[in-house]
Amino acid sequence: MSWAPIATIADDVNAGRVKAIDLVEQALAAIEEHKDYQAIISTLADAARSQAKSIDEKVANGVNAGRLAGVPFIAKDNLLVMGVEATAASNILKGFVPPYQSTVINRLEAEGAICVAKANQDAFGHGASTENSDFFVTKNPHDKTRVPGGSSGGPAAAVVLEMAPFAIGTDTGGSIRQPASYVGCVGLRPTYGLTSRSGVVAMASSTDTIGPLAMTVEDLAYVFDVYAGKDELDSTTIGRDPAGYQLPAAAYQLPTARIGVIKEWMGEGLDDDVRESVEKAIADFKAAGAVVEEVSIPSLPLSLAVYYILIPAEVSSNLARHDGQRYQFSEQSGKDLFESYTLSRAKGFGREAKRRIMIGTYVLSSGYYDAYYKQAQTVRTKLINEFNDVLERYDFLIGPVAPNAAFKIGENADDPLKMYLVDMMTVAPALVGVPAISLPITPSSQTSMPIGLQVIAAQRRDRELLEFAAAAEEVVSHG
Amino acid sequence: MISEDIRRQYTVTIGIECHVQLKTKTKLFSGADNDAREAAPNTLVNHIDFGLPGALPVLNEKAVELASRAAFALGTEPQRFSKFDRKHYFYPDLPLGYQITQFYDPIIKDGEVTFTLDGEPKTVRIHEAHIEADAGKSTHPVGTDYSLVDLNRAGTPLLEIVSEADIHSPAEAKGYARELYLRMRYADVSDANLYYGNMRFDVNVSVSKTSELGKRTETKNLNSFRSVERAAEYEVERQIGLLEQGERIVQETRGWDDAGQKTFSQRSKEDSYEYRYMPDPDLPPVVLSDEYVADVAAAMPELPDAYRTKFSAMGLDAKTVEDVIADPGAAKLVGMVYDDAGPDTAKRVAFWLLRPQEDDETAAHEVEPTEVNTASQVKNLIALSHMVAENKLSSTAAKEVLDSMLKTGESPEAIAETKNLLQVSDEGAIAEIVAAVLAENPKAAGDVQNGEMKAIGFLVGQVMKQSQGKANPALATKLIKKQLGI
Repeated sequence: MSWAPIATIADDVNAGRVKAIDLVEQALAAIEEHKDYQAIISTLADAARSQAKSIDEKVANGVNAGRLAGVPFIAKDNLLVMGVEATAASNILKGFVPPYQSTVINRLEAEGAICVAKANQDAFGHGASTENSDFFVTKNPHDKTRVPGGSSGGPAAAVVLEMAPFAIGTDTGGSIRQPASYVGCVGLRPTYGLTSRSGVVAMASSTDTIGPLAMTVEDLAYVFDVYAGKDELDSTTIGRDPAGYQLPAAAYQLPTARIGVIKEWMGEGLDDDVRESVEKAIADFKAAGAVVEEVSIPSLPLSLAVYYILIPAEVSSNLARHDGQRYQFSEQSGKDLFESYTLSRAKGFGREAKRRIMIGTYVLSSGYYDAYYKQAQTVRTKLINEFNDVLERYDFLIGPVAPNAAFKIGENADDPLKMYLVDMMTVAPALVGVPAISLPITPSSQTSMPIGLQVIAAQRRDRELLEFAAAAEEVVSHG
Repeated sequence: MISEDIRRQYTVTIGIECHVQLKTKTKLFSGADNDAREAAPNTLVNHIDFGLPGALPVLNEKAVELASRAAFALGTEPQRFSKFDRKHYFYPDLPLGYQITQFYDPIIKDGEVTFTLDGEPKTVRIHEAHIEADAGKSTHPVGTDYSLVDLNRAGTPLLEIVSEADIHSPAEAKGYARELYLRMRYADVSDANLYYGNMRFDVNVSVSKTSELGKRTETKNLNSFRSVERAAEYEVERQIGLLEQGERIVQETRGWDDAGQKTFSQRSKEDSYEYRYMPDPDLPPVVLSDEYVADVAAAMPELPDAYRTKFSAMGLDAKTVEDVIADPGAAKLVGMVYDDAGPDTAKRVAFWLLRPQEDDETAAHEVEPTEVNTASQVKNLIALSHMVAENKLSSTAAKEVLDSMLKTGESPEAIAETKNLLQVSDEGAIAEIVAAVLAENPKAAGDVQNGEMKAIGFLVGQVMKQSQGKANPALATKLIKKQLGI
């Protein structure tokens, strides 16, 4: 059974037409029905039912239960939710039940939303397929032999499998947009700083964002409006758009849009099926009356290299706290402190986490810091300037989300470089801090797998991006 | 012992790093209480101090304010732009796996501290000072196979003050340490309680016969001025001794054995850490506006030098000035008394409040500093001083009144009254006692009459005794002479 638009669900619950408990049961049933896709790590059945009952009681007593009254949702496992394990799909955090929860979850719950499950991901967010989960691989809802993308592969698959009307993921270098593209839902990477990282297992602090995944832009905007904005627990957060993020009554007028097609992303390395779909979308925009022109961002080809220097540096630092001495997995056979550290980390971390810790440790070492880390920051600044220039001339930039559609499970597993290339188009907006959305577009004639279009706006223009995406959805999605 | 001759051939070069605990109510990056002195282990710890996943540091602005004050106390201004970096190493009392510090852009740069040593001014330049979070405390119980970690101190804000290598003798090292202590106390940056480790010194020492610097050793975690001096002295002797025997100095970290009064090797620089410094992406840079800096400057308390000038003008000798300044509370009171009642009164009060500064033992086992609570305290001190000046109290009695006055805050008149300490200046009453004393001591009286003035002291003593110490001795002398007709 499909979900109604989120605003409608909340209205129905507040009006007493629909019971929150029935919504929770529906979500739990869908989770059970599709468990072979392995999208879910843990389920919060009891907590969700008791939250639903208290919402139903509120409504029975004539109290408004909030803008998300009774709406079930699924959280990526790296978001801390009170009372349930938060592993970030890693063995080293297996069994860790947090004594506090993330700001995003607090804000959603305050408006009546109910977290029903924690979804699978690449451990700590390191990956683009969920194959780096320390537990299991999530299957693509359209083809069980293919990956759902990652790292938010679990949340993306869960939304498409209708386990809940929306899911919350995190995007550090593409981890929301790329799985959204692979499974065929919409996913937003917000402006950096607009979403609180408090209570989210850190991957790379300077690019971590928390974004929603849903089936429509309208739902995306509705949910995002609830939790976006400043948080005193995260000093890098910024204030929200005074106009909020909900879609206005009047639709965005596509003919007024100036759209830049990023040249560097349409060249070599792009699969034909993706190119065909993106070119079709470009034609759709032109047909709708928008100005569509090719633009160049010269430093773009360097962004992957920059990303895979800076992000491992931050990763190696952020993972340092997982030392086996407090709440994490701790190997007891070590004969001294040094072995306690090395054995706990050797057994607790998966291969990809170790790879990134080693790269990060290397680039931060004295003697290499200037050559790698500092140099990468310089190029990052150049990239920011180039994006700013282009985004002064164009309202939105478009291009593919990834160079390919969902690949086969195991296809890239033995070649980390090939896996990193999948991030080619998603890392630059992350390094720059601009908002970007993944929007399903007409699949190619060559594949039955979904393909997403990436739309990018200037920093803090998340509202405009959502408005544009809602209008674009009408003309480019012929799925 | 190295002979003076040999020692004179070497130049001693010393640089000092000093960790000052900033007196904030809460920790540097979390809302947990910062006062770990009496707390049970691991009771002042929240999710940030414990390094839980998703826990983010939020800068305590009070720490920035205190560091800004420290900048002025170090003869400079705070930097308008500074930021935090991560210094990585693994240890169980470091929950994040890194210490948050300021490596690339510290809040204080290029300061200067001048103090007097043996009557000569000595200047030590400050290279930089940065804010950082302290680690927790590890203990390794003897005879057990475990260690204990207390995270109460984890996240306590520290200011690390790094001097240039401008110090050239152990005595200068001690003088510098003491001057830093005073300035941090006066600027109200830190409680600077050495007993509780609020200030800790790391002393870098090298010796050389040439203009080139010798290999240095760093003796860490000294917590008294005396240990700074002795550790430096020990290192100078040890290093010259080694070089004289043709051996070389190993660059290393050393500890201080207070019982044995010697330094010992802890780890050599060969296995030094690779800290992998990185800007902390969780914390935006600290940007101070000119207005902010001006406000801090305007609110700066008076620093030791201001008091030195004031007290010297009062006619106190340099040694006494330093003794009074050793207790900021006392110095503040004396300063206020000076402003209200002038130098003579202030001088008397200064001597009352003086605590003999034998060595730093006073500081090391510091009692509560003299409290400066109200203007009434100043008023009482002035009143007490006047009572002595007007012979209403003997100087011994005044000390007794003072103690009680500082404790209770009552007026000196009331205390003297209650304690029955007021000097009797009532002529009639004393005359009666004098008459009785003369009658009882005819021989002494006769001696005085015969010009043996020595005996008058005995008679005055008798009068004092009979009056239970309350008679004004000057008046008693006058009356004895009068009654004896001389």
